[in-house]
Amino acid sequence: MEKTKLSMYQLYKDMLNTYLDSKSEHALYAAQQFSKEMMEKDMSPEEMVSLHMSVFQEMVPELPEEVVDSFDLLLEVMIGYGLAYREHQSLRDRQRQLESELNVAARMQQALLPEDEIHAPDVDLGVLSVPAGKMSGDYYHYIQDDHGCIGLAVADVIGKGVPAAMCMSMIKYAMDSIPEQRLQPAALLESLNRVVERNIDSNMFITMVYGSYDPRSHRFYYAGAGHEPGFYYSKKTDSFEELTTKGLVLGLSQKVSYKEYVKNVEPGDFFVLLSDGVTECRTEDGFIEREQITDMIRKHIDLPAQEIVNRVYRELEKMQDFELKDDFTLLILRRKV
Amino acid sequence: MNLHIDIKEKAQESLVSLKGEIDVYTVPKLKEELIPVTEEPNKHVIVDLSGVNYIDSTGLGVFIGALKATDQSGSTLKITGVNDRVRRLFTITGLDEVIDIEVNEREEA
Repeated sequence: MEKTKLSMYQLYKDMLNTYLDSKSEHALYAAQQFSKEMMEKDMSPEEMVSLHMSVFQEMVPELPEEVVDSFDLLLEVMIGYGLAYREHQSLRDRQRQLESELNVAARMQQALLPEDEIHAPDVDLGVLSVPAGKMSGDYYHYIQDDHGCIGLAVADVIGKGVPAAMCMSMIKYAMDSIPEQRLQPAALLESLNRVVERNIDSNMFITMVYGSYDPRSHRFYYAGAGHEPGFYYSKKTDSFEELTTKGLVLGLSQKVSYKEYVKNVEPGDFFVLLSDGVTECRTEDGFIEREQITDMIRKHIDLPAQEIVNRVYRELEKMQDFELKDDFTLLILRRKV
Repeated sequence: MNLHIDIKEKAQESLVSLKGEIDVYTVPKLKEELIPVTEEPNKHVIVDLSGVNYIDSTGLGVFIGALKATDQSGSTLKITGVNDRVRRLFTITGLDEVIDIEVNEREEA
């Protein structure tokens, strides 16, 4: 430390000499570099003032007493700045630490999402989920059983960020604990509702849509718990219809029953499940209409499902000036043949 | 965005008039003022939303909290003056079946 001080002393002295001699731009630039080095070496503003004074006194030994005394006063004033600077530094360190913890949590959350691909020759699945912040209150899930039946879900926890993300993991674990209901959307929602109701705060809730597709009978069963309706696309009529479901959000009351719906899926038909981050998308001109979403899907309808969801996301992101206001999740499952 | 909250207390009735947007930013303030009203015993709490054009899901959460609080305190909760966008939200979430909601009669075109 003493050595550093000594070298800073010499450096400053040379710099000050050059400046007093030439008053050049170059010397001023050196001063900027010097202040960076000061910060790197954790020198406080008051130390700097004291350094200046010592160097100057050595260069001009006969300084008037008032000048020397005035520096003492300046030193006192700079102490306050020094304290604030150190506090700022410790906050910055703390923030870095929080951020890295949050990054770990976000990676853990990512690990809760399904990884394996669906292996079924006649269906095409595409899904994309993007959090508005680091952590998401949205959840999606898909799973395939030994008969090739596919279970699918999109859930949206009220709110965003860490509290929503913690709730989301509850949904994941609760679903894992009831594998036998994977293909019974209404029964599954009823079970989940009981778990959620017992475990969440009184002004939180979760909305969810759950569907199961049986590729042998080409039937899609689905039920919803207060969730933003998805869409069903019929190739034959080339039209979208709303996948409206009736049912209360999860977590409000213990005994809720959900209605199950069924659709016969023709080749080329697909269904779209989404979170309200897709439809509640707000732009400068107001809210996006649901029709705009189906228009976007239609524009890319000949592409694979994954490409469709990617492109819809990119368009919506652009419309919001690349700043998502809410978590975004979009899932498409299509019957190919 | 701002939210104005006006609470008028009568003998058996509390009229809470809201004006502005109910979202993640205004929810803490709404919760702080609305929940204590719903915790009073044997009251009819009426929340007038005719001055509200937007509610997000955290806003709905407050009404759920309010509903649970009135259930516990033996009071009732009624929501009036909802516009189309807000009503849609209550319908989708199924909350229209558990909360008494009166549709705005002076709906704007």
